[in-house]
Amino acid sequence: MVDATMTSRELILGRLRAALGPPPGSPGEVARDYRPAGGAVHLDVLVHRLTDYRASVHQCSDDEVAQVVDAILGGRRVVIPAGLPRHWLPDTVEALTDDGLPADEIATADGVVTAAAVAIAETGTVILDAAADQGRRVITLLPDVHICVLRVDQVVAGVPDALARLDPRRPLTWISGPSATSDIELNRVEGVHGPRNLHVVIVPRGTHHSGG
Amino acid sequence: MPTTAPRGVGHLRGDEPFPVAARRSLADAQLRRNLGHATSTIRAKSAAVIDEVPDWQELREAGSAIKADTMARLPELLQQLETAVVAAGGTVHWAVDAVEANRIVTDLVTATGTDRVMKVKSMATQEIGLNEALEAAGIEPVETDLAELIVQLGRDKPSHILVPAIHRNRAEIREIFLREMPGVDPSLTDEPAILAAAARRHLRRTFLSTRVAISGANFAVAETGALAVVESEGNGRMCLTLPDTLITVMGIEKVIPTWADLEVFLQLLPRASTGERMNPYTSMWTGVTPGDGPQDFHLVLLDNGRSAVLADEVGRQALHCIRCSACLNVCPVYERTGGHAYGSVYPGPIGAVLSPQLTGVEDNASLPYASSLCGACFDACPVKIDIPSILVHLRAEHVTAYRSEHRLPSAEAVTMAAAAYTMDHLPMYEAAQRGSRLARFAGRRGRGLPPPLSGWTVGRDLPQPPPQTFREWWTQR
Amino acid sequence: MRIALFVTCLADTLFPEAAKATVRLLERLGHEVVFPQDQTCCGQMHINTGYPDDALRLVRRHVRTFAPYDVVVAPSASCVGSVRHQHALVARRAGDERLASQAEEIARRTYELSELLVDVLGLTDLDAYYPHRVTYHPTCHSLRMIRVGDKPLRLLRAVRGLDLVELPQAEQCCGFGGTFALKNADTSTAMLADKMRHVLATKADVCTAGDASCLMHIGGGLARLRTGVRTVHLAEILANTEPAPAPAGRAQRKTDGVPA
Repeated sequence: MVDATMTSRELILGRLRAALGPPPGSPGEVARDYRPAGGAVHLDVLVHRLTDYRASVHQCSDDEVAQVVDAILGGRRVVIPAGLPRHWLPDTVEALTDDGLPADEIATADGVVTAAAVAIAETGTVILDAAADQGRRVITLLPDVHICVLRVDQVVAGVPDALARLDPRRPLTWISGPSATSDIELNRVEGVHGPRNLHVVIVPRGTHHSGG
Repeated sequence: MPTTAPRGVGHLRGDEPFPVAARRSLADAQLRRNLGHATSTIRAKSAAVIDEVPDWQELREAGSAIKADTMARLPELLQQLETAVVAAGGTVHWAVDAVEANRIVTDLVTATGTDRVMKVKSMATQEIGLNEALEAAGIEPVETDLAELIVQLGRDKPSHILVPAIHRNRAEIREIFLREMPGVDPSLTDEPAILAAAARRHLRRTFLSTRVAISGANFAVAETGALAVVESEGNGRMCLTLPDTLITVMGIEKVIPTWADLEVFLQLLPRASTGERMNPYTSMWTGVTPGDGPQDFHLVLLDNGRSAVLADEVGRQALHCIRCSACLNVCPVYERTGGHAYGSVYPGPIGAVLSPQLTGVEDNASLPYASSLCGACFDACPVKIDIPSILVHLRAEHVTAYRSEHRLPSAEAVTMAAAAYTMDHLPMYEAAQRGSRLARFAGRRGRGLPPPLSGWTVGRDLPQPPPQTFREWWTQR
Repeated sequence: MRIALFVTCLADTLFPEAAKATVRLLERLGHEVVFPQDQTCCGQMHINTGYPDDALRLVRRHVRTFAPYDVVVAPSASCVGSVRHQHALVARRAGDERLASQAEEIARRTYELSELLVDVLGLTDLDAYYPHRVTYHPTCHSLRMIRVGDKPLRLLRAVRGLDLVELPQAEQCCGFGGTFALKNADTSTAMLADKMRHVLATKADVCTAGDASCLMHIGGGLARLRTGVRTVHLAEILANTEPAPAPAGRAQRKTDGVPA
């Protein structure tokens, strides 16, 4: 098996080198005349883009996050990542901290609450990088309601800004609205396999650890 | 001689020439309506979100340049990718063709002891006929993308790169679900949200209980080893996150040099493809992450004729394709014939230049002609692939290949040579023009016209030739 | 200005009215028009059908014929497109670098009619008169190969008496495509049917364009359906003037709906 793989590897690389012929010298510089990172961040654009894709947006202080969660998931079972700020959870929810919960159990939860890593205003995208306050990828996938708490200083203008902030070696999940499909007559319909309800709660800068 | 994709495996070759298959599609009024509705919907959506971006043309330029640079350094970049993936705990396999790729994947699945795999929609695995290979080995492949599920349940074939069931409308999808989906609610309506919910219920158990998943990849970053899958429904996330083993089959042209290059393609792809600012979900992973997601990751790098495409300096641009399918949605030919007429898993304009190059032009000889060269595909392409020029180039390749494989020239070649000779000899050209006037008396079908007009008028009525050519008028003024 | 007319084989042989109108128009505007007699065909059909080697002699002939002229005009976006984007490629493919650079030289001096009028001569109002309801089909090669943009529309809007109506889905191909109409006749016909439906929806009595080939295709279809809608080349409309207001059909050889 190893030998056969080696052979195919050398065969393919040999074919590619033959296809290209002698190196053409230095390849042309790629012109990057598009808008670079560093554009102004407009929170209203983010809010518009999120709601346009049927995410619900809530803006409040860090101390009020628990009330928002209560209004959405009060009295329900909620999965949380181990590093979630606990003051975001109201007493009214039954919290299941993910310490390696089996998928079946996660699937029975009514919702999940996480933080985020980055959000892109222009595209209405929140990005999770599996840090301790966001948890494993699976917990934001199986429950039907995802509440994602975002700090304004995590919002960037465009895609180039987001990539510059992210660590490519972490597992990343880019989320733009709830699960959707365009497979039926090419119209976007919300709600297939992922969470059918996405709530983005935007809190002020630097309040992450101050409240509670 | 470059090595093309082997015959007898996969889905790159049709059973009949394009015009024959197209004739059948054209006769299907329901299909024409479904395609017209779907393609005009997506064109409008895409145009609206592209209009929002002030630097769309600059992004296209950059996308094109990055891809050209990638192709020029493909061997080096693939080795860099391999090193990065292995360093992150993944295993890399190289498959020269569909046969080898199918064997690698089948062996990997068999080794896990499972008899069922779930799949994220992937063009590469369709291209190689992986589902058939798995079934032959007693393994059940479950397609999890909604459109793929519609196609699989309907025992149908995909007809679009992005939306394989574009040829089906909501009423037809409802019928397929009622007939084929075990345990489906018999009161199912044809509301798209209701149909999507039925698919959610149907697949949930599969997602939670299947231990092996197979995916493709939209991008692979050589610099870091990160792979990206762009999707909408969350079925991709399920497959990439829940199982123990993940096998990703990727055409070697999908590699990009750097992490930062994603900033170009992640802006181009969603707007050109589904007409969204960003698709609902994009997943990125690098090898294996301890405690999160599959702990056994395999990347299969597939050639299957791509090195042959790379060998053609004009045609290699086809490898720049990011599978957005914008060219299908704007193509007046695709809009009327649908994807099945192209015979290959790669339909539409990009298919007409990619399939014949992957298989060798003689195995798909009718495809380079399946275009009026209207150029709408070139304008729509987010990475600026000059599809019309490649089509024209491949037509010449076909003529050359025919010439070398046959002792006698084709009737068309004889006509073309005669026409060129005539047009390069003024007295003969003028005589031919006078000859065309005789057609006035031969009726309006244009018979008796000199080439090329004789060819142009088959199946079309011509106006009556004028009593005087322009040059006769000019001489007499 | 001395302007060489690149008439195109199609206009020369089958649609001389478009070429004659080009001559009349440019002369009326005070320019000298010359007709290099050695010209025949630019070879586009050969190139697009896969016969660049046969086209080589026609490229050579075209270059030889038009080398002496500073400004060349053709009443066809398609043939100008071939000169601009294909001739040098054909020469290079044959390894003739000198021919390729000559072809590029000539391409730089070759204009489609609306380009010549608007870009080179700086005109939009040509003092033309055409009292008809007209719809304009932007042919694929004028729209996407040589990108004439809205130049033809600007010229048409300045024509007195002309009622310009927008063509729905104007940018869709009419289905001609040279030998495409032969090799994929059924698909071509389906495309033509939609184009005709849109033309008829405008209730125009004239459909115009900058390419005789596409007009031949659309006109052939309209004639077969006996719709009464005529196809008239852009040059014929622009050449028409008020003092001797030609009836719309004057440019036609017949008035029975046979397209020009």
